[in-house]
This record gives sequence, structure tokens and C-alpha cells, in this order.
Amino acid sequence: MMTNHGNRVTQGQFSFLPDLTDNQITAQIKYALKNDWAVSVEYTDDPHPRNTYWEMFGNPMFDLKDPAGILMEINNCRKAFPNHYIRVTAFDSSYGWEAPRMSYIVNRPKNEPGFRLNRMEGAGRTITYTVSSYATDKPEGERY
Amino acid sequence: MSDTQKTSANGTIDLQAEFAATGISEVLETLDRELIGLVPVKKRIREIAALLLIDRERKRLGLAVNAPTLHMSFTGNPGTGKTTVALRMAQILYKMGYVREGHLVSVTRDDLVGQYIGHTAPKTKEVLKRAMGGVLFIDEAYYLYKPDNERDYGQEAIEILLQVMENQRDDLVVILAGYADRMDRFFSSNPGFRSRIAHHIDFPDYGDNELLEIAGKMLELQNYQLDGPAREAMAEYVSKRRTQPHFANARSIRNALDRIRLRQANRIFESSQGPINVDELSLIRESDVRASRVFTEQGELK
Repeated sequence: MMTNHGNRVTQGQFSFLPDLTDNQITAQIKYALKNDWAVSVEYTDDPHPRNTYWEMFGNPMFDLKDPAGILMEINNCRKAFPNHYIRVTAFDSSYGWEAPRMSYIVNRPKNEPGFRLNRMEGAGRTITYTVSSYATDKPEGERY
Repeated sequence: MSDTQKTSANGTIDLQAEFAATGISEVLETLDRELIGLVPVKKRIREIAALLLIDRERKRLGLAVNAPTLHMSFTGNPGTGKTTVALRMAQILYKMGYVREGHLVSVTRDDLVGQYIGHTAPKTKEVLKRAMGGVLFIDEAYYLYKPDNERDYGQEAIEILLQVMENQRDDLVVILAGYADRMDRFFSSNPGFRSRIAHHIDFPDYGDNELLEIAGKMLELQNYQLDGPAREAMAEYVSKRRTQPHFANARSIRNALDRIRLRQANRIFESSQGPINVDELSLIRESDVRASRVFTEQGELK
């Protein structure tokens, strides 16, 4: 993919930017907490863009006042899964939203191999296209 | 005001101006005004305030600054104001800019220790995360450690606490509170705790006059007044109550006042004929105080 140098997975907020520093992450979390959103940490090793439901690392964190607790949890997750994708999600439970309001990646595998384009020939001369990650050729847990 | 304005050309600073600008003096004055007695406690709080202020100035002038450890332990007899001061402490530290949010998370053993294996760590961490940026107040902290049961999960909670107290000193302040003798035993069996807590503050018992003053203040807050004879009776009550068992300083006084209010209400209710005015409703008479069992019999108190 010529437009995505280094095959970096781009999903969620800030994913076209260089990786966020801890200070920047803290600032983002502060914003979420200011709005009373519940922040949670999730991880996965399946980078497919339609892989919406990642594994939760601990429970979502309610009633927190300060980002330090969440940053601690992020660092714990990084320690446990240094080579996984880790994202931070902020969930807005207020009526009418009830949805994640923020979601951004805070940790990625060192080497992201990118995606293969698959072509499937159908009836007549039709061709359907799909992508699959090179990483997912291997079983879960051994991908990166 | 910018840094350059505060720091004059030769690199000096005006401490008093700094002090006034932070609003700390205001906090300390309220503390003086609203909490009676507790001289050593107030002294220590002043010292901490001074240190934080000096540290801030040192930082501004480019000197090395080590963030001070502010974990504290409050020990003292029942009813000496440990919990009350802890509640204030969060606010004080916030004003001084030592903690970022200034909220207080008050917990006891139940909130930290789980019921089965693997339950304690997440529970303790949850509480710690909630307390970050503020003050974690552990009341009756000695319950965390139960020496008679070596499988007790309290030990696990203690270890996690210690680790966070050490590694994330900037993120939260832990205050332990409890009765002096039991806390001593708790610290002697957990030496790690003792050394990680910089401030061991002992809350002294109140004197008779201080207790009387406290009684006056409590009544004032509830819009009650003692008349002259009632005040004398109250002073007598305080000195008598002290000699009796289960004396718990200000807490005993609060309970006594609650009972006095009951008696006052009953007296007004039974004797009232026609309309009564505000003064009558808020006045406590000698008979309300004198009816206490402390004056009639020895021992056996409600």
C-alpha cells in the first residue's frame, strides 16, 4: 500500500499520526474523564479493520478522577502484551449516545506486515475483492 | 503573573507574596478556626505547607527538588478527629498543588480485601486507581493485617498498597488511621509500611475546655444555644464523663448533644401551650443537660 508507509494499521483516532507519547495519552484520557466517559483498555492481535470486538484488559474503569490510574493499566497491558495492538476506548453512557466516543491505539506490534489483497473469481467475469492480514496466517497468540 | 515577574533580577523571591498567592494561608486559617485543639497536627500541616512552598521556589530557581513523600499515618484515641482531619487533608494538599484532583477516597478493609483467591488484587487496584490524583484514606488500617490467620488476603492488599505507595508517589497520597496501640502493632508486623510513611502524626486527647468549645461549635452549626446555667452544666458533664468508661472524646460529646437535643425536644413538646418562637426552639436549658445519667449514676451509659 503506497499510501500507508510502513503498513501501519490505521483505525481509530490519531492513527495517521506518529505514536502518542504517554503525556499525550494522559491528556486524551483527561479529556475523556472530564466528560464522564468510562475508559477501558482493550487488546487484540487480529488487525483486520472489521475486527470490532477486542479483548478487554480488566474491567472498564468507572469513577476515576485522574488519568494516572488508567495509564498504570495501559502500562500493565503493554507489559503483558508487548506485541499486540492495544487501544483505549472511552464509552459515553449518557442517554442518546450509549456508544464509544473515543478510541485510539496506544501500542502496536513492532513489525506490522500489512494486508494482502485477495481476488475471488465469481460467476461470469465478476471478481470480488477482500483483504486479509499477513499476520493472521499464523494462529492467535503467535502472530507478532 | 509570569515567572519572570516573580523572580527579580538577582534571582531572589518573595516568599510571603508567594504564600499569599497560593491561598494556602486561607486554608490553614480555616483549619485553625474550625478545628479546636490538635496543636501537633496543625503544626505538622504547617510544616508540610512550608516544605511544599519552599520546594516550589527551589524548582523555580533551578535547584534539585525531590518530591516529598506525603503518606501519613494518623493515630490517636477514639474521637480525636482523625477522620475529620483526613477529609481536610485532601483539600489542603490540593490547594498546595501536591495532588492534582483533591478528592478523597475513604475505604476500610472491606473495600480492599477480597473474599477468595485472586479477588483481592483487582479489588485493591480498583480502589487505588480511583484514588489516583487524590488522597486514599484507609480507616482502621490495622484490620488489613490479621496475624492469627496466615492465609488472610489482607497481606496481599498490603503488598499492592506498598508497591503503589512507593512507585507512584506523585499520583496519590495514602493516609492510614487507627487507634494508637493497634496501629503500633500493625506497623511492627509490617515494617515496610512504617518506613514508607513519612509522617506519623499522633492525635492528642482533648482537654475539658477544648471539649466544651467543641460542644459549643457543634451546637452552633445546628443552630442551638446553651443558656448560662446549661453551659455550666455542660462543663461539669464533660469533666464527669471523662472519668467514666468508654469515653471517646469529641464523639462522646456529639452523642451527648444528640441525647440533649432529644430531651429538649421532648420538654418543648410536653410543656408547649400555644405558639412557640425560634428562641425557644433553639435554646437548651440546664434541665436538658442535667437529666443525663452521667450526673445521677456511675457507669452504664447509653
